[in-house]
Amino acid sequence: MNVITSRRDFLKGSGALFIAIPLSSAAFAQTAAGAKTVDAAQVDAYLALHADGTATIYSGKVDLGTGLRAAFPQIAAEELGLPINRIHLIEGDTALTPDQGPTSGSNGIPKGGMQLRQAAATARQALIRMGAEKLGKPAAELDAIDGEIRPKAGGAGVSFASLIGEKGFELKLDGKAPVRDPKTFKYVGKHVPRPDVPAKVMGRHAFMHDLDVPGMVHGRVVRPAKINASLVSVDESSIAGIPGAQVVRIKNFLGVVAPDEWDAIRAARLLKATWSGGGLPVNHEGLAEHVRKGSKVSGTEMLDEKGDFTATFASGAKKFSAEFYWPVQSHASLGPSCAIADVKNGEATIWCSSQGTHRYRKHFADMLAIPSSKTRVYYVDGAGCYGMNGHEDAAADAAFLSQAIGKPVRVQWTREDEHGLDPKGPAQVITQDAALSDDGKILAWRTQMWCPKPTANLPTIPLLAPVEAGAKQTPGIATGSLSSGGKPPYDVPNLQVQVHWLEETPLRASHLRAPGKIGNCLAVETFMDELALAAGRDPIDFRLAYMSDPRGRESIERVAKLFNWDTRVAPRRDGKGRGIGYTQYKGDETYVAIAMEVEVDAGSGRIKVTRVAATHDCGQIISPDGVRSQVEGCILQTIGRTLFEEVKFDTNHVTSRDWASYPILTFPDVPEMKIELIDRPDQPPRGAGEAATAPVAAALANAVFDATGIRLRRVPFIAQRVKAAQAEMTTKNG
Amino acid sequence: MAAINFTLNGSAKTLDVRDPEKPLLYALRNELGLKGAKYGCGLGQCGACTVLVDGEPTRACVVPIASLAGRKITTIEGLGTPEKPHKVQTAFIAEQAAQCGYCTNGMVMTSAALLERTPKPSVTQVKDALAQNLCRCGTHDRIISAVVRASEGTRG
Ligand code: FES
Ligand code: FES
Repeated sequence: MNVITSRRDFLKGSGALFIAIPLSSAAFAQTAAGAKTVDAAQVDAYLALHADGTATIYSGKVDLGTGLRAAFPQIAAEELGLPINRIHLIEGDTALTPDQGPTSGSNGIPKGGMQLRQAAATARQALIRMGAEKLGKPAAELDAIDGEIRPKAGGAGVSFASLIGEKGFELKLDGKAPVRDPKTFKYVGKHVPRPDVPAKVMGRHAFMHDLDVPGMVHGRVVRPAKINASLVSVDESSIAGIPGAQVVRIKNFLGVVAPDEWDAIRAARLLKATWSGGGLPVNHEGLAEHVRKGSKVSGTEMLDEKGDFTATFASGAKKFSAEFYWPVQSHASLGPSCAIADVKNGEATIWCSSQGTHRYRKHFADMLAIPSSKTRVYYVDGAGCYGMNGHEDAAADAAFLSQAIGKPVRVQWTREDEHGLDPKGPAQVITQDAALSDDGKILAWRTQMWCPKPTANLPTIPLLAPVEAGAKQTPGIATGSLSSGGKPPYDVPNLQVQVHWLEETPLRASHLRAPGKIGNCLAVETFMDELALAAGRDPIDFRLAYMSDPRGRESIERVAKLFNWDTRVAPRRDGKGRGIGYTQYKGDETYVAIAMEVEVDAGSGRIKVTRVAATHDCGQIISPDGVRSQVEGCILQTIGRTLFEEVKFDTNHVTSRDWASYPILTFPDVPEMKIELIDRPDQPPRGAGEAATAPVAAALANAVFDATGIRLRRVPFIAQRVKAAQAEMTTKNG
Repeated sequence: MAAINFTLNGSAKTLDVRDPEKPLLYALRNELGLKGAKYGCGLGQCGACTVLVDGEPTRACVVPIASLAGRKITTIEGLGTPEKPHKVQTAFIAEQAAQCGYCTNGMVMTSAALLERTPKPSVTQVKDALAQNLCRCGTHDRIISAVVRASEGTRG
């Protein structure tokens, strides 16, 4: 197997010295794959103690700029009783790390981190047993402190290294091994700077895009102007003038390779090919209608039901209904997807930024017709992705090109590729119906959702290249749980939550940060405001009247204080307003309440978010600054998604293929932010990567209503829509 | 082949170019081994590729290499070193102002140029200076704090 020069060597080449914690690339220099267990049931899969007193932890979860690279060492250092600076972390390498599932659904810490905690706790118990024997003292009197087993009461200890050396624990992970009391925490809950930040700031962090593999050439894939078109013919002479350029064609998969990157780019641009067929059934303007009425529904599922919605709704004194639309959105990663593959002699080595290296190992192996055991996937940092973007597609592109030419190939997508081809967050339609009694109490509430049905047990999202190349791949749709969050988080006596599963979605779907939940929360939480107004109550008072969960109540009460909430019933309608949004993520995870202030320019219809306050309760906090950074990112990114983002497409292909046609939040849009983290050391840790996105659109829409009296129910809230709604309101009232 | 002479991070450089239209970014990253500047869009829209040309923030993804004869180019590798980081870099590290970090090159370079021109920028001036630099992760608030910190100002 070809082994890349280590990151250390790579960095030396560019005069770099910053290597904070060796990442998966440290494995490049390690011995052959397979020497170490990756069985997720074994302690040795997660950690190894070394004779020099250091330890390596192996994580199947990866850091996506999310701070896991600080948090995992914090967890391990705490449980093991080892100074954190003696811990190295290896992430995502399929030959060295346990399969902990993909890094998604905000489960890095709650699932992956807790597995690591139990592995380290199991290891500590074993070390204490060994120490008890060596020191001739009862285990109950000993603890693991600073890399030694020592009497709790003080006195000489023995080092981990002298107890176990390099030989490993050969123990099953004990899910019940006692963990440390949060009152004694030294690392967990404290600020530990992220090890990757200095190198990123110095321009010396090795991203996927920056790796070189000896003998590597550059590849680009040429894709048709109509999605799913078939390749009729290729004119290879059209790139004859480019040194070393070579065409690769496998059925409908068409690519070029060249030794020089710029030449590969030029070749991809100049290559003449003829395509036929392809296209899309609908354009973006017709999609809302298509989702609601034109798509085939494969089934309707009642997700939640309480009391008798139908009868109580019919008997209600005041009735309300509304329909909401969340558009297709892109990951729009700042850097394009990039990967390197070296496929030859029946073996495949792939370097990519996949959030699920373990799952995709099998996917890559199958499509290349190579055994999984001969396929190794390394994780290397990419540009942020917020679900699954094109990282794995670029890897498949590189792998087919490499297999065809027998050399390592690097593929970097263009901006047009990234915006046009990344699998996208699908569109959703949500309706709300509710009835109030004549004294303003909620009697009945129904949520209905229209969204694509995820294919049962689909292990991985289908990639472009295997389809084009006619290679093996399981087809289907994967989106994350789009129907989560449709249930109002309030005590409603008569309730129905229903989803209508769509068989298809026009553009390839994937998980995009907080799948479905931002749109669902927008629907539920703006509707709650409508009901509050009709009941003659302030939006926060009304919510609290229907909220029994004490953690939920505390989140809302504290955000009201933090924001300096101005308690009121009627909207101001003077161009400035405030709104609230609340969620308990996925129904039983992190609590978030967000209050927002907006200004709406009457002339242009432009919305400006001026102030945001958020409370965030994810249980036990491992890395406070890591959580805060994620909450900030959730809020800012989602303000942009709500105000500006919609993938545009015609019946040929995606037309919003750059930053001008797919604008995102920019610096002038950044509001003043206040964030309060509620730490509960005695509670299990929950995720922080997505939860704070969910109430953003709702809080924003509610603030716009307060400012203007307009209910925005179709995302994005672009100025033209606000103006159109204003005009409509004037006509109605006039 | 044409030979282009310029100054790169303080040293004279000569580069033989076959295609004078090739953007500077590819020469930096592939020929010159300086990978701090990133490809984000290749369209001059995002700022990930920013370098300083005669002190001005410039988008290396769209500047043809041939247009740089005789100019002074500074990349992030030349702005500061791990031993001697630029004050903007020190401040970014102190504020932990990077998530994925892919935009960070452009943020640091554009901010360094801003502080050359405007040593004590207001928050609005910082936002305006960075208005054309995109960050998808939502790190903006920390970046603003970092620039203010580097200018020894306070956020208000
Ligand atoms: S890569 Fe140059 S501006 Fe985007
Ligand atoms: S930190 Fe990821 S794009 Fe800015």
